[in-house]
Amino acid sequence: MGLFSKFIAKIKGENSFTPADWQELESELLASDIGPTLTRSLLESARRVKSENAQEALKQTLTSHLSTQSRASIANPDGMTVVMVVGVNGTGKTTSVAKLASRIKNSGSSVVVAAGDTFRAAAVEQLQTWGTRINVTVVSGKPNGDPASVAFDAAKRAAQSQAQFLIIDTAGRLHNKSDLMDELEKVKRVVEKISPVNEVLLTIDATTGQNGMAQAKLFSESVNVTGIILTKLDGSARGGIALAIENELNIPIKWIGTGESESDFSAFDAGEYIEGLLT
Amino acid sequence: MFDSLSARFTSAFSSLRSRGKISAADLDSTYAEIKQALLESDVALEVVEAFIAEVSEKSNQALSTIQSGSNQANAIFDVVNSSLVEILGGAARRVRFSKNPPTVIMLAGLQGAGKTTLAGKLAKFYADQGNTPLLVAADLQRPNAVTQLQVVGESINVPVFAPEPGNGVGDPVKTAKAGVEFAKSKQYNMVIVDTAGRLGIDADLMKEASDIRDAVKPDEILFVVDAMIGQDAVRTSQAFLNGVGFDGVVLTKLDGDARGGAALSIASLTKRPIMFASTGEKLSDFDIFYPERMASRILGMGDVATLAEQAKKAFDSDKSAKLEAKFASGEDFTLEDFLDQLSAMSKMGSMSKLMGMLPGGGQMKQLTKGANFDESEIVRTKAIIQSMTPRERQEPKVLNGSRRARIALGAGLKVSDVNNLVDRFSAAQKMMRQIRNGGVPAGMAGMGMPAMAPKPANIPPKKKSKSGNPAKRALEESQ
Repeated sequence: MGLFSKFIAKIKGENSFTPADWQELESELLASDIGPTLTRSLLESARRVKSENAQEALKQTLTSHLSTQSRASIANPDGMTVVMVVGVNGTGKTTSVAKLASRIKNSGSSVVVAAGDTFRAAAVEQLQTWGTRINVTVVSGKPNGDPASVAFDAAKRAAQSQAQFLIIDTAGRLHNKSDLMDELEKVKRVVEKISPVNEVLLTIDATTGQNGMAQAKLFSESVNVTGIILTKLDGSARGGIALAIENELNIPIKWIGTGESESDFSAFDAGEYIEGLLT
Repeated sequence: MFDSLSARFTSAFSSLRSRGKISAADLDSTYAEIKQALLESDVALEVVEAFIAEVSEKSNQALSTIQSGSNQANAIFDVVNSSLVEILGGAARRVRFSKNPPTVIMLAGLQGAGKTTLAGKLAKFYADQGNTPLLVAADLQRPNAVTQLQVVGESINVPVFAPEPGNGVGDPVKTAKAGVEFAKSKQYNMVIVDTAGRLGIDADLMKEASDIRDAVKPDEILFVVDAMIGQDAVRTSQAFLNGVGFDGVVLTKLDGDARGGAALSIASLTKRPIMFASTGEKLSDFDIFYPERMASRILGMGDVATLAEQAKKAFDSDKSAKLEAKFASGEDFTLEDFLDQLSAMSKMGSMSKLMGMLPGGGQMKQLTKGANFDESEIVRTKAIIQSMTPRERQEPKVLNGSRRARIALGAGLKVSDVNNLVDRFSAAQKMMRQIRNGGVPAGMAGMGMPAMAPKPANIPPKKKSKSGNPAKRALEESQ
């Protein structure tokens, strides 16, 4: 049941929503991690809703808080499309890279994956295991090597083999560590000597709280994030921070991850999502 | 967006202070500010409400005996702070060692919380204290989790029991049990069992976790949780508590800038102590949990202790010691040394970030918004030094016109920039010679930079006269 379904039913029916109901709605909104500011703003909008067109009005309000950017994948019209996947530690970058690669491959395009996480122990092996599983070429360098040089080599090899897509996995890093963010910028800069980076996807863990906003902000400042992969939506967390990010930073959620298998991955459908909140 | 939090908190109290006597309405608006602050720190609503109720009750008791407004404000602040510390650290304790070794520690938590890294950190922490831990690779789910644990174990010289390849192959319950048996037979005194990440709502996997528990009968089950977690901390910690049970909590990724309010939710709802904090990428970045620090962090009050630690980490202690010895022996401070210090400084993070960690830094940041720190100055200076040959760095006096022109070209800057740096450096070098001849302690080395890694113990928060807490200090100073 959607967050607002009880509200709509009550407003439409007896046209009454008791103080206790308002309190319950507030606590559910807060519990979804959209944060106190957006919660307050949504509650104010809801208070203005009339019974006749409650559903339509709320739909409009909710839509107005979403990003206005396109959710479509950005492709390079003339040549290789380069996608970089970035994010803080443990948000599911490597798994998302594998899922995305598998999806691209299944759609009939050729894809090469760069194992750019040279820091975390066995991250390269983790991606290679995925590569074997989904039958995708994984380019890797030495452990603890320079991630920019791994990405550069991968870009070169992908371009030579005329791959249509290159997906670059990167090491998890906390957005407040400026040396690590510099390193990430360098990876992007170096790859762009071979081919422009068309899309930078930020993984946000659905369990993340208000810190997700700082993550999105700083990663955007550093490598210009073009979309969000909201991961681990199969748990009990609702991932509301991603909506707060859409609202505040205008970065669209493009993909959602819902499990550990490569097929647990789909494009984010905003219309369907809002429908889900209302009904 | 959170910068104003401590400012808001401070202002709530200063408006209280300006009143002759505090009215009920003043109190309500103060509590509303605290509520907002806690919600923005990811504390769960139900916990916030219970907390506010507790604070207001305690405050009312305290206030009835105090007359002046400023003392009342102080009293409320103390209540807020001490209530936070109490919830966070009320039941703090260390790992209970088993009377019949090995002591078995089992880790559980969501995917990506940092269990495998933590297993390594915990093993190192106890190995360094003279224990003989064995790591058991019972995460057979995530691709190459077993390999990761093996690499981690190798790097800290702790053996890893990993009979199964993982990647979905092998029985984690049997592996865990065999691991403990193995440790017994080889007389390891501690076993740390890494398990797969699982969701609280996944009944099958929770069952698996409780099967592992029943098989190894752990002395401690530690719930590993990411400090960045939001409201889901409530449901997830409850699910783990019911599903497998845990005795203590470990907060990971505390080196991020999340306020970590979830810690308050978990501690308050599960009544389990937070035992450890994990604070960085290196396996030594791990410590016992300090409730006072966490309270300051949740309230956005600055974190001098963490700042000091970051400085200690950034400024390699070997290098610092060498530099100090060098200075004492009468050798000159070179551009090479200067470069080391600049690199260490940039490792600590941006100036504005560092300022945020200072008490009252939030407001300072607001004040200096226009007068931006020029972070790129450090980058430019580094570029100039890096464009020099080793000899030039050691003996700046060899820098003639053509060398300077080459360096400027290499650094992508003007010759005047190079001149400028060299001039300033010579002046500093000269000054340092004078200081040395005047017998000023060597700790001053480093052109006024915090080179000698202040130890946390030397940092002022313990001082009686002034509080390390900005709001509190503002109160004290204004009296």
